[in-house]
Parts: sequence; C-alpha cells; structure tokens
Amino acid sequence: MLRWLIGGGREPQGLAEKSSVQTIGEEQIQNPYTELLVLKGHQDIVRFLVQIDDCRFASAGDDGIVFLWNAQTGEKLFELHGHTHKITAIAPFSSSDVSEDKKHLILTASADRTVIVWDCSSGRQVQKVSCFHSTVKCLTVLQRLDVWLSGGSDLCVWNRKLNLMCKTSHLTDAGISALLELPKNCIAAAVGKELIIFRLIASNDESEGWNVLEVKRLVDHQDNILSLVSINGKGCFSMLLVLLLIVWDALDWTKQASECNFWDSSVHPDAQPEIKLSQSPNETSVQHITSDEECVFAAVGKGIYVYNLQMKRVIACQRTAHDSSVLHIEKLPNRQLISCSEDGSVRIWELREKQQLPAEPVPTGFFNMWGFGRANKQVNQAAKKMQENTPMYVLELVGDLIGHSSAVQMFLYFGELGLATCSADHLIILWKDGERESRLRSLTLFQKLAQNGDLQLKF
Amino acid sequence: MISAPDVVAFTREEELEDELCSEPPLPEEYSVPLFPFASHGTNPWAKVASSKFTRDFILISEFSEQVGPQPLLTIPDDARVPGTFDLNYFSLRIMSVDYQASFVGHPPGAAYPKLNFVEDSKVVLGDSKEGAFAYVHHLTLYDLEARGFVRPFCMAYISADEHKIMQQFQELSAEFSKASECLKTGNRKAFANELEKKLKDLDYTRTVLHNETEIQKKANDKGYYTTQAIEKANELASVEKSIIEHQDLLKQIRSYPYRKLKESDFHPYEPECAPDQADAGCAQDLPTSDLAEPDETPLYAHVPSYTPKLIKAKSAKCFDKKLKTLEELCDIYFFTQTLDQLHQIERTFRGDVCYLLTEQISRALLKQQSVTNFLFEDVSLLDEKPPEKQHGGCQGLGQDAVDGKCSEEPPAPKVVISLGSYKSSVECVPIKMEQEIEDPQEPKMTESVTFEQQENLDYLDADIGGSISSGESIEVLGTEKSASGLPKSESQASLPVSPSPQAGRSKVGSRRTVSEDSIEVLSTCPSESLIPEDFKASYPSAINEEPYADDEEGGLRFTPKLNPDDADEQEDVSKQENLVQVDSACCIGKESPSFLEPLADLGQKPCDEDGVVRIPPQPYRQAEQGLRGSLGGFPSHDGISGGLLPYELDSRYLTGSREVSKSSLDECSDSTSYISSATSTCSDRTPSPAHPACPVSERHKKKAGQNALRFIRQYPFAHPAIYSLLSGRTLIVLGEEEAIVKKLVTALSIFVPNCGVYAKPVKHWVTSPLHVVDFQKWKLIGLQRMVSPAGVNVLHALSRYSRYVSILDADSKTLRCPLYKGTLVSRLADHRTQIKRGSTYYMHVQSVLTQLCSKAFLFTFCHHLHLPISEREPEESVVNRRMNFLKLQLGLANEDIKIVQYLAELLKLQYVQEPGQGANPLLRFDYVPSFLYKI
Repeated sequence: MLRWLIGGGREPQGLAEKSSVQTIGEEQIQNPYTELLVLKGHQDIVRFLVQIDDCRFASAGDDGIVFLWNAQTGEKLFELHGHTHKITAIAPFSSSDVSEDKKHLILTASADRTVIVWDCSSGRQVQKVSCFHSTVKCLTVLQRLDVWLSGGSDLCVWNRKLNLMCKTSHLTDAGISALLELPKNCIAAAVGKELIIFRLIASNDESEGWNVLEVKRLVDHQDNILSLVSINGKGCFSMLLVLLLIVWDALDWTKQASECNFWDSSVHPDAQPEIKLSQSPNETSVQHITSDEECVFAAVGKGIYVYNLQMKRVIACQRTAHDSSVLHIEKLPNRQLISCSEDGSVRIWELREKQQLPAEPVPTGFFNMWGFGRANKQVNQAAKKMQENTPMYVLELVGDLIGHSSAVQMFLYFGELGLATCSADHLIILWKDGERESRLRSLTLFQKLAQNGDLQLKF
Repeated sequence: MISAPDVVAFTREEELEDELCSEPPLPEEYSVPLFPFASHGTNPWAKVASSKFTRDFILISEFSEQVGPQPLLTIPDDARVPGTFDLNYFSLRIMSVDYQASFVGHPPGAAYPKLNFVEDSKVVLGDSKEGAFAYVHHLTLYDLEARGFVRPFCMAYISADEHKIMQQFQELSAEFSKASECLKTGNRKAFANELEKKLKDLDYTRTVLHNETEIQKKANDKGYYTTQAIEKANELASVEKSIIEHQDLLKQIRSYPYRKLKESDFHPYEPECAPDQADAGCAQDLPTSDLAEPDETPLYAHVPSYTPKLIKAKSAKCFDKKLKTLEELCDIYFFTQTLDQLHQIERTFRGDVCYLLTEQISRALLKQQSVTNFLFEDVSLLDEKPPEKQHGGCQGLGQDAVDGKCSEEPPAPKVVISLGSYKSSVECVPIKMEQEIEDPQEPKMTESVTFEQQENLDYLDADIGGSISSGESIEVLGTEKSASGLPKSESQASLPVSPSPQAGRSKVGSRRTVSEDSIEVLSTCPSESLIPEDFKASYPSAINEEPYADDEEGGLRFTPKLNPDDADEQEDVSKQENLVQVDSACCIGKESPSFLEPLADLGQKPCDEDGVVRIPPQPYRQAEQGLRGSLGGFPSHDGISGGLLPYELDSRYLTGSREVSKSSLDECSDSTSYISSATSTCSDRTPSPAHPACPVSERHKKKAGQNALRFIRQYPFAHPAIYSLLSGRTLIVLGEEEAIVKKLVTALSIFVPNCGVYAKPVKHWVTSPLHVVDFQKWKLIGLQRMVSPAGVNVLHALSRYSRYVSILDADSKTLRCPLYKGTLVSRLADHRTQIKRGSTYYMHVQSVLTQLCSKAFLFTFCHHLHLPISEREPEESVVNRRMNFLKLQLGLANEDIKIVQYLAELLKLQYVQEPGQGANPLLRFDYVPSFLYKI
C-alpha cells in the first residue's frame, strides 16, 4: 500500500511484509464493527474508560477532565471539571441502597492528590477529598463492605460518606500500583515487586469502623507488579495473577502455578531468538491480564498468551499480536478476545481449537494492493502453526479496528452497543455494528413518523 | 436536479427527410405539419421577425426634459449586444407609454409644491416590427433642478422572445422592483442632501441679503426706498418663500411613506456587501429616525461641511444647465448596487425561456421533496426563500412551492384587455373579447383601438387572439391606474372582458399580425395600483387579490395538479375526464403514506415526488389545456411514476401528449405568424438559474459538469471511483499539483451526496496527514503528495486508513478502490456519452441521481423492509425481504444496493435528526478488498 502510494510499486516485498505481525486483509467477514463514531472532547491522552451502567460510560485522561458519554448515541452527557492534574485512577461506585433509585457515583483520583466523588445523574461533584500525602494510584470499591480503598504511598479505607476509616503506615514511595479484593475481607496490594495481603477487621467499638492489618507479604516476583486480576474459578477458588504470571491461591496465598517464561523455547520450540532477552524488560513484562473460568489471558509485550489453568500451561499464543506493546486485553463471552496496543490498533481474536483450523477457510479474496487479485504473499500464521504440536488452540485474528492515530490506551466492551476505545490521540471512538445501527435508525425513523402523524399503516 | 437530460432541437433537415422517405406515411392525424417557415431554411425555433439584437439586455432610458427620450445605458454594457437595434427609437417607444400620473408641482389649492410618491408602473411592450419585446419598468426620481422636481426614467428588459417576457413577468417585476427601490432609496437620500444644501444656500443668501438691506437702510436716511432697496426686499421675500418651500419639500421627502414598503413585497434594498455595512446601516436607519424626528437637521453625518453659496435671484434657465446624471441623482453607492442588481437580473433571465421555466419548475418541485432534496441539491438553493414567494404560509408546502412564481400582487400580468389573445401562461382565464367592442361602459375608447372587423372575426373564430395593430398608432391595450388614484388617463383603453365560459377551448400561442410601425402594450401591471372600477365586475379575482382563490388565477403556475392539496379534487376531475387514466391517478395522497403499503403494491405505487421529472417544459401550456378538459389525454402529473415504471410512464405520457401536440400543431399551422415559445435561439442559451441566486454556482456547475465529462472519458476506472463516492467511501485525490487535483475534485464533487443540509462534504486541498475524523467529515478530499518527510507521514496515514478510503492517484493515473459491478454508475457516467456540454451533463447526472434518490426514499420509508411485520418474525426474513425489494423491486444489482443503502442511511439520519442539533457524523464502512486500477 505504502509503497504503491510512494510511487514505487515495483518491488513486491514491502516493509510491512517483513514484519512478523499477523495481518488480516481488508475483507473481514467476522468483524461486526462497520460503523464508527468519533467522540471528541478530551484535550490530552485519554487513559481510562469506565462503565457506569448499561449505556453510559465515563472517560478520563491526562487533561484532568472526566466526560460522561452515552454509549448508544455518542452524546456527551456531562463534562466534569474539578481536577487540576491528570487523572490517575477512576472507579465506579454505585450505591447498594435498594430503597432509592440506584445512584451512580464515580470516584476519580488525580495527580493533584485529591479524590473526587461525582454524581453521574446530575454531573455534579459530590465531595472532594484532598488530604492525601501522595498521588492516589488506584481505587477499589468493596461493594460488599460498602467501603472503598485508595492506594498511594499508603492504603486508606474510606466509607461511603468519605470518612477515613483507617490507613496503613507508609508503605512505599512508589505507591501501590494495583489493588485487588480477595475473599475473607482481604485485599491484595501490589507494591513494587511485593504483593502484600491486608485484612480488614471490624473494629470492636464501632460497628462502622474497620481496621486494616497486614497479613502476608509475597515476594516471588522479580519485577514490578503491574496487574492483578481475580479468577473466579471453581468453587471457592479465587486467584490472583501477577507479573510473569504467578497464580496464587487467594485463600492461603500459596503459589498455585507460575509461568515465567512465556517466550521460553520449551513452550515454543521454534521461537524466534530475537524476542528473548534482548528486549527491554518493559516489553517483556505482563502489561495486562484478564481471565475467564478456564484460562488466563496475558498481554506480554507485543504478544498475547493464553494460559490454561487446568493444564497449567500456555495453550495458545500470539507472540507478535501487535506491532507494539499490548496495553489492554479483554475476553468476550463468545470466545473472542480483544486487544489494543500502542500501535493504535485494536484487534479481535478468536480462540479456536486447532482441529477446526483446516475447516476454517482462510478468508478468500484476500488481496493486497500491489496488484489485482494477487494473493498476499504473507502466509497466515495460523497455517504455520498447524505443524506445531504443543498448543491445542490457536488465536485467530478475525478483525482489526483501525481508527486511532496513536496508542490505544484502553477499551470498553459494551456487548451489543459496541466497543469504546480511548487513545493517546485525545479521541474516543465508538465502534458499532452497522447493521444493528441501521435497524435502530429505521426504528426511530418510524417512531418519529408516527409521532408526526405522517404514518398511516395500512395492513 | 429535475431536468430534461438533453433537449436537442430536431432541426436537421436531412434527418427529417430520411425519416419521411423510409417510413410509411403516417395517418393524417399523426403527421406533423411542417413548419410554415421551414422553406426559408430556418428552424422552427427561429424567430419569425428576427430582431436586430443577439441577446436579451436591459436598457435604462430617461425622458429628458431637454432632449426627450434618450437611452442612458445598457446592461450588459457592450455595444455588440444591442447591435443595430435602434436604442433611441426604442427609448422613445417605451418612454411614451408611461402611465404614471406623476403629478408633481403646485396642486390647486396647495401653497407649496407637493412631491408625489408615485408607484412604479410596469408594462409589457411589444414592437413586432423590431422584433423586440420588453418589460418596462417606469420610475421617477427626484431632482431639485428638474421640472416639477421629477425625472422620469425607465428600465426595460428587452428580449426577442415575447413569451419569455410574458411568462417571466412576475419574476421580472419582482426583480426590477428591487432594483428600482434601490435606485429610489439612493435618490431620496441624494435629494434630501441636495435640499439641505439648497437650504443652506438659501439661508446664506438670506443673511447676505438681509445684511445688504440693513446696510442700505442705514445708508438710506432719506425716508423713502430706492428701487434698489425695493428690489432687495423683494428678493429677500422670495428667498424667504423659497426657504419655506424647500423646507417643506425636505419634510416631504423625509416622510416618504415607508409604510408602503413594509406592506408591499419588496423591502428597501438591502445591500449585502460587508464593507459597505456602515453606509447601508445608515441608509436603513434613515427612515425611522427621519420619521421620528423630522426636524432634526444633521441628517447625514458623513456629509462634509458644506460651504453655502450665494444664490442668484434669477436662476439659470433650465436649458442652460446640465442635468444631473443618473449617478449623481442617486447616491453612488446605491447606483452601483442597482447596477449590480440589474446585472444579476440580466444573468438570471438570460437564455431561453424553456430553461428558465424548467429551472423554476424543478426548483418548485424540489421544494416538495423535503425529505430527499438535501442529498444532491445545492444547499444554498434550498435554503433560500424564493423572492416570488410572498404570501404567508397558509398554503401547504407544495402549493407554495409550485406556485412560487405566482405572486400575490398583480395576479399575472393581468391581461386586462388581452383580446383573448395571449395564450401565454400569463393568462389562464380564457378571456374572450366580447363582440361589442364599443362597450357602453367604456365610452372613452381611444381611436387607436380599432379593429378591422375581418380580423376580429377571424380570431374570435379560432379563439386565437393576437393584438392586431393598426396604422401607426401605438396600441394601448391595457393600463393601470397609479396609486395616486387619479382618473384614468386618456390612453387607457381597457376593453371589457369576461371570463370565457368555453373553458375547453384550446388556445395556442399568440398570433399577431405584424404591424407596420407599431408598438403594442401587451399588458400592464397594476402594480400596487387600483384597478379601475369597471373591471371589478368582470374580474373579481383580480381585485380581491387573493391568490389561488380560484384555479384560474394562478397564471404562472405550472399546473394546479401538482399541488398535493389540490390533488384530491384533481383526482376526481381527472378520473372523470378520462377513464383510461384511472390507475395513473390512483396514487395521489399526502406525501409518504402511500409508500407504506404492503410490499406487493410497492411496485405499482408511483412516486409523486418524482413524477414530474419527465414533463418537458413545452407541454406547459398543453398541460393546462389538458386540465381544461378539452383534450383530457394528458395524464395527471401525480400519476406519473418516476423511476419505478418508466415504460408505463412513457407510454402514458405519449398517448397523452400526442393528442395535445397534434391539436396544438393543427392550431398553429393555420396561424401565419406563429411564434414559438422557444424563440430566442440566438440568444445565449446558457441556462441560468431562474433566481438571482448564484450565478457563481451556475458557472461552477457547468465547469464541474465539463470536468466530470472529461474525467469519465479519460479514466477507464471512472465507474468504481464514482461508486466509491456514491456509497459513502471517501475518495482521496492524490497529486502533486494543486490545480490538477482541484480540477478532479471539482469534477467528482457532483457525485457526492450531502450528509446534511450543510455544505457538501468536499475538501479541495489538504496538505496535512489525514485522520479518521476527516473521513467522517469529508467524502471527497484533494490531498497533496509531497516528497518531503512530511509527505511520507501523509502517505503513512493514508496507508493506515486505506480501508476507509479509495485513492485516486492523479499523477500516475491509478485508482485503488473496491470493485464495482453494478449497472447504475454506467448509466450515470457513460464514457461514450453523446453529451457534449458540461451543463447538460450536469443535468443528466442530476436526473439520474434524482431517480436514485427516489429509490432511496422508497427503500427508507417502507416500514416492512426494516421492521418485522409481526413480533415473532425473525430478523432474517426481514433481511430477505429487504434484499428482495432492493433487487427485484428497485432493480438494483450488486454494488448498486450499497449505494441505495448508504443514501437510505443518510435519509434516516437526516429525518431523525433533531432540528436544533447537528447530526452526529457517522463513518460507515465495509470490510471489502480494494483493487488497483491502472489505465
């Protein structure tokens, strides 16, 4: 494409073709997103997207502004101003009161060392807490206990009325990078390379009060912990995963399994050597992990790895899923996986069993721009993997979404409503199913016709 | 958009002969009588009495008190335009029929001279000898130095085509009124200025005289007055009187009845130029402030301080001084504004009348297509309120639109006399002249209106009138009263007329015997004036001035049947009229519901939004006849379906019009001086908008059409490129040279559907890298190709977003875009097309796109195509139904479906969109492979 544009067009081998990144042609039958809506508003990198309810979401970023959007129409609902610095954490906080209408609040923490509670229905600031000594880097709401925690250089526990219940001593200068709720009123906090387990204990004198108690420190990680996720697996099992994928038992905090060397040749005997240790640590660290009942999906560097909990091994991987680091991945209910990356693209993957592969036709008519009907030279990686015997599954690229011109920081999957992606190019893009949207528009059209009285249905 | 694709006159004789030889002779009733003048080697469209000028022009003349009528200037200001046409002579002619009772001076009983604010008078004149017909707009300007303070002027639109003048009378009148108003506003301003100066002069003179008298008084101690002293005293007295008179005049000019302006349709001319805002504002503030404080002296702040002059007691004789020029008479600013306006008028009405009519008709029809017209139409035209549309919104939208031309004020040029002759659309009441010309009601018959009995009978028989001129006299066939309500002038010879009961009679064309040396007043317009009492009886509608009170009045209407409001009544009529056409008229209704029928009917449902596309302008009058029931064969316009069933349509149309044309031709064959409606072939045939809307856009259209034509011929891959545009995929024209890229963009822009009522989503030239937002906003982009590193970025971005765009490389002449296998675009852009002219091709494109729009409209507004009939119906069956409809009912193949779907989405978005807020720009795309096309 580029070569054609630049004017050469003679050489069949373009630069892009040398890259080992799997590409998909322009024909993407399984990609449902055929309509996009660009939401403009932010003036800096948009880093966070958080779902409020079925059709609303909030976005926040380095400009310190929080926007509330309608995921269906793309309408900007509110513009929340209050922070003076970039926003570092955001968490939804819906009230559990059954009596009144469900009240949606969001908590935002900012580099200006404040946490603000916003009311999503009115778009107003409910309360502002500014007694932090350091930037709050993560926020977690414990719905069950009706408290929320803020993690900075120390861990604070707050109740709904924003009273400080208790706090830990100064833990680290770097601050807590991740918080995770565990059973039995426990909290796991990732502090540097350590994972500290805290337990909340109800104070004796007051029914409302809580005390926080450090229970255990887990020090098996070799690098900073960037991501924690709970796996609601079988029965009472709950696990958390940290850097280099150590699966911990959430109850007794023992190491269930660990997978340290994703790029290890034992997993993939034919792994390319250049990916190994020559890369910078950042590129080989786990950026983000997500999970379902069976598998843990980890974004490691440019690749995506699927780790099966029962088999205790990586069952599928895509070592170069993107051109650059994968920032966020999420598992969809339909065995699909979405990943977004610094290269500005969002890719949709499907986890397929290997046996089905031959049956799955490689998209036909897969032409590139260098000539008419000449099939792309690049062979689909899926075909290559058939020869491998170790992984039973394979991640198949079913579609990619290109729209952002810069790193896609995060995305939010709204099911039928589509997908919201936010990026460093200050934009949020709503990706929608064009067919569905068209149908919906028809519906509104006829509703409006009926309203206007223009419609006389003759059956 | 709606226009005949390519109207080509059938003029080549050899073709005609070939056909006559090869074909078996037609039955008598079908044979087309040869045009009587065919033997002269002229085509039937040529004028009989060829005029001496080549194209229409505007003439401004003055009735100078010194030299009599004289031409001042012509627009366009080009000596070649009038050619050998005798402007002096014609000026004399047109100035001699000024009926304004411009009475200014000392009325009996008044102490001071009175200014009379006379209305302009508007007449249509014809000089059949010269072959010139003119709309003449008389106006008077004030001049302090002129006799009676007035200078009569007139502006005339001169054309060789009588029908143009008659049919465009309303428009001409409205436009010229604006120009006149502008001129007069400036004149009042200048006049007031002049008066003030004069007053200062007088004041100064008085002071001087006073002083002199005082000195004399002092010097004179003899006790008696010298003659010198008496003279001085007299002089002083006369100056005093003069001051009072002038003050009174100033007061009068300031108290100009602006009320009239408010009531009438034209407003004081509002200059549009921004730099002149201050001036304009001043001019507009003038009325109010003046009315409020008439005695306030500092009227014009910007008038530099004026040094008064001494006025001689005896003013110079009027022939000694040079009269002010028109430019001096009016403020220079207003003068140029008026000239601009007149140029605009000239541009607007340039060209053949059938273009004007087509333009007006299509414009009117487009107004009705409120749902779809935004797609391909010029937005500016849609937004604009037509100047002719003057009455309130009591009529329905459609009616307003159709009758836009029919202005409220003078209900058609009110062919008050008309001798039942001018079967121009101007007159829609068939007026038959009564046998008794010497009507008792009208004893004051001017001698000129004499008719030879023979001729008279002749045209009464045929009911084809013509003004029959006599001798050398000026025939004054009708006139008006001026607003001052003076008794009718002598020249008025209004013949009594009565609506003809024989409505069915067909009247074709006007016939006029060529007179030796005559000028005929074909009609006059009682602008805002009163209509003589004796007309009221016979012409009630004219007096009441209720437009559309009855059908007969809407003179310039295309046809009343177009009105959806009338449709129901019309339906009955048409059904009665001809049973054959029953089903054609079955689908008349309020806009959309008819499309919401169950599927089976859909194919049969003609779309009244589109139906009239096929009516060429010529049947205009025939249609009217059809309405009158005499021929009855003409299908109702509502019944004609647009794109759905063309064959049916055509056959119906043909059967209908065949009869009409036959009869009309019969009629005209025996008329010796039939003047075709499409006369002015020699005039510039460039179609011009019937509006003074945007000549620039007209030129643009022409240019775009030409470029598009070239593009289609040059590039074999024009089809996929156009398909990209029509299906909403952004097309990027990439090139190094701005001019080439812009040319291509201009050419292709005619295929770009609008996404809303705003400007076209076309960006002519971009140099920075594109973003996804750009594709949302623009559907056609010209992009600069650079060799610098920045240029590489641009290309990188392009390559990244390649799935959203088609790329036309203007330098290497390649195109990268999805495959197109449909049939629609090939009709739109046939590289073997015979169309030569850019404007014609533009019209062709518009007409194809209109069909497309109607398809999209049908598709969008069919309920069951989008929503399930019953709740249990699965989505798949709806999808199936939808695809079946597109394929079978709309006859779309392959990628054409995507075009209609895209247009349908645009329609939906537009309809659903709340009026206040702009639609969220969507970017829809498909994951389809692209191909590289090379020449």
